[in-house]
Amino acid sequence: MSVQMWTYILVGITFSIYIGIAIWSRAGSTKEFYVAGGGVSPLANGMATAADWMSAASFISMAGIIAFAGYDGSVYLMGWTGGYVLLALLLAPYLRKFGKFTVPDFIGDRYYSKTARLVAVLCALLVSFTYVAGQMQGVGLVFSRFLEVDMTTGVIIGMIIVLFYAVLGGMKGITYTQVAQYCVLIFAFMVPAIFISFQMTGNPIPQLGMGSTLNDGSGVFLLEKLDGLSTELGFDAYTSGSKSMIDVFAITLALMVGTAGLPHVIVRFFTVKKVKDARKSAGWALLLIAILYTTAPAVSVFARTNMIDTVNNKPYAEMPEWFSKWEITGLISFEDKNGDGLIQYVADKNINELKVNRDIMVLANPEIANLPAWVIALVAAGGLAAALSTAAGLLLVISSSVSHDLVKKVFKPDISDLGELWVARGAATVAVIIAGYFGINPPGFVAAVVALAFGLAAASFFPAIVLGIFYKKMNKEGAIAGMVVGISLMIFYMLKFKFGLFDGGKSAVEGLKSDWWFGISPEGFGSVAMLLNFMVSIVIMRFTPEPPIKVQKIVEDIRIPSGAGEATGH
Amino acid sequence: MSDKQKKASAYWKENLRYLFILLTIWFAVSYGAGILFKEALDTIQVGGFKLGFWFAQQGSIYVFVILIFVYVRLMNKLDKKYGYDE
Repeated sequence: MSVQMWTYILVGITFSIYIGIAIWSRAGSTKEFYVAGGGVSPLANGMATAADWMSAASFISMAGIIAFAGYDGSVYLMGWTGGYVLLALLLAPYLRKFGKFTVPDFIGDRYYSKTARLVAVLCALLVSFTYVAGQMQGVGLVFSRFLEVDMTTGVIIGMIIVLFYAVLGGMKGITYTQVAQYCVLIFAFMVPAIFISFQMTGNPIPQLGMGSTLNDGSGVFLLEKLDGLSTELGFDAYTSGSKSMIDVFAITLALMVGTAGLPHVIVRFFTVKKVKDARKSAGWALLLIAILYTTAPAVSVFARTNMIDTVNNKPYAEMPEWFSKWEITGLISFEDKNGDGLIQYVADKNINELKVNRDIMVLANPEIANLPAWVIALVAAGGLAAALSTAAGLLLVISSSVSHDLVKKVFKPDISDLGELWVARGAATVAVIIAGYFGINPPGFVAAVVALAFGLAAASFFPAIVLGIFYKKMNKEGAIAGMVVGISLMIFYMLKFKFGLFDGGKSAVEGLKSDWWFGISPEGFGSVAMLLNFMVSIVIMRFTPEPPIKVQKIVEDIRIPSGAGEATGH
Repeated sequence: MSDKQKKASAYWKENLRYLFILLTIWFAVSYGAGILFKEALDTIQVGGFKLGFWFAQQGSIYVFVILIFVYVRLMNKLDKKYGYDE
């Protein structure tokens, strides 16, 4: 059977499962729509969180980015897992005890202020929209390559599926679909990795294969060979990297703190019954995420070595089938600069003849390694599961921000539960359409902004929430000033150094690198903005009135785990 | 301060102590071993891995997972000790 046939079958089966679950778990009340009724088991919530968290970026792009960045790619590995330690220790149990539906709910109540709530809603929408557009693009990419439909049709199919279970089922539908999606995506990621690891090193466990000797009898360690190949071609040694230490530090911190501050991840912890369960499900989530995150760097090493071996100094005419297939999508391009018919792949831009998009490393990897057709198709189904599960989680945050935080809490407090449920469904529908539009017509900056979404979350939510829990005297003036200053500085830095807005546009960005504050890139600047947020909050607090006794009592109460009760919207 | 409040603040203090210890380890394996002291650790080779590189791409993640489960255990015990478990 052909790859395409297998892809139709596997994608067809998985999509029917998602739709089946959606119908089975329709939401009947706002509580079911926002927090799945609050009775999800820790393991199920851990699986759902893992799927929610691991997006098209984790599944499709990350291993590819690391394959090209080597050690520098570690920022994503540590940043996107270490954040869960912060989440589990500093946020999840307390927010669960607090027992509301959304992150702006916490900010609004803890800081007894509509302004604070509105600032939080804006931040949540900004972060979630930039993020969701990237997911839709991922869906389009997978469809266009594997099912050979065009990108637009691919995105529309994806939109319909997400619309179906997110709008119908809300958090309840999303949770149980995500459980299924986790299984699909982890299976799809692991199978090719195990195959390739065994092929290259004789060790079926990728995490160990990465550090083993090659299978060719040479006795050379895989990483040693890759370091050698990289330097030979003029790249940095794979295990050293080229970013400055301070920048690696700052990016890792921004990603960790940003992860802990992402609203679509935080809300997952509102769905369990007790504080104890919130802690435990954070542990499950990270364990399940770690399976993919410790495999990804191994996949990077395999893919990079395989790719160099396959293409470098080989005749273009003898390239395997996958090469021309990816050429059609424009993600690989070859230009025979010296006219010798061979592919020269080197670091020097003037001599290099091959351009490879990083995103295809995971998708093309099974083909490069000559794996059976069903494995290749499985990767397509996995990529779709990863993109759809994250998109659904984000759409829920967007719809609840609108229906709960804006309509219910600000504009129309007397709306009935059923009315709010319909507003939520309407908002989700509109959000899907907007996200789909950006997926089909990606503004050039989507990919860049997705990385910066973490900086924005780090600069705004994280300090406000942590101070809200650990600093009883923190008041609304301090928290609002901190959030506003933090996110404004982050946006300013992004516009200046990522988009060159004040210096004549994108072309100026390269030249501005030497002006980076403290040598920190825009991706890492979220950590500086976060520190400033903390400082501003604390200074302003000292000069403004204490929070009311009632609020201080709330803080004392959320520190005690017992009596969490059920999440409520009132 | 009432007994109830005393109990609550004692519980909170112990909780903060756990957080401090666990987050120190969290910092040490990622920012310490994986970034700040990466070069030095790279001189040690374990199998095919340079140690600093291993911490950055593998080791720190394993430790993160262990940290959360240790935290869950410690807190469950602490909850019991203070009668906050349910």
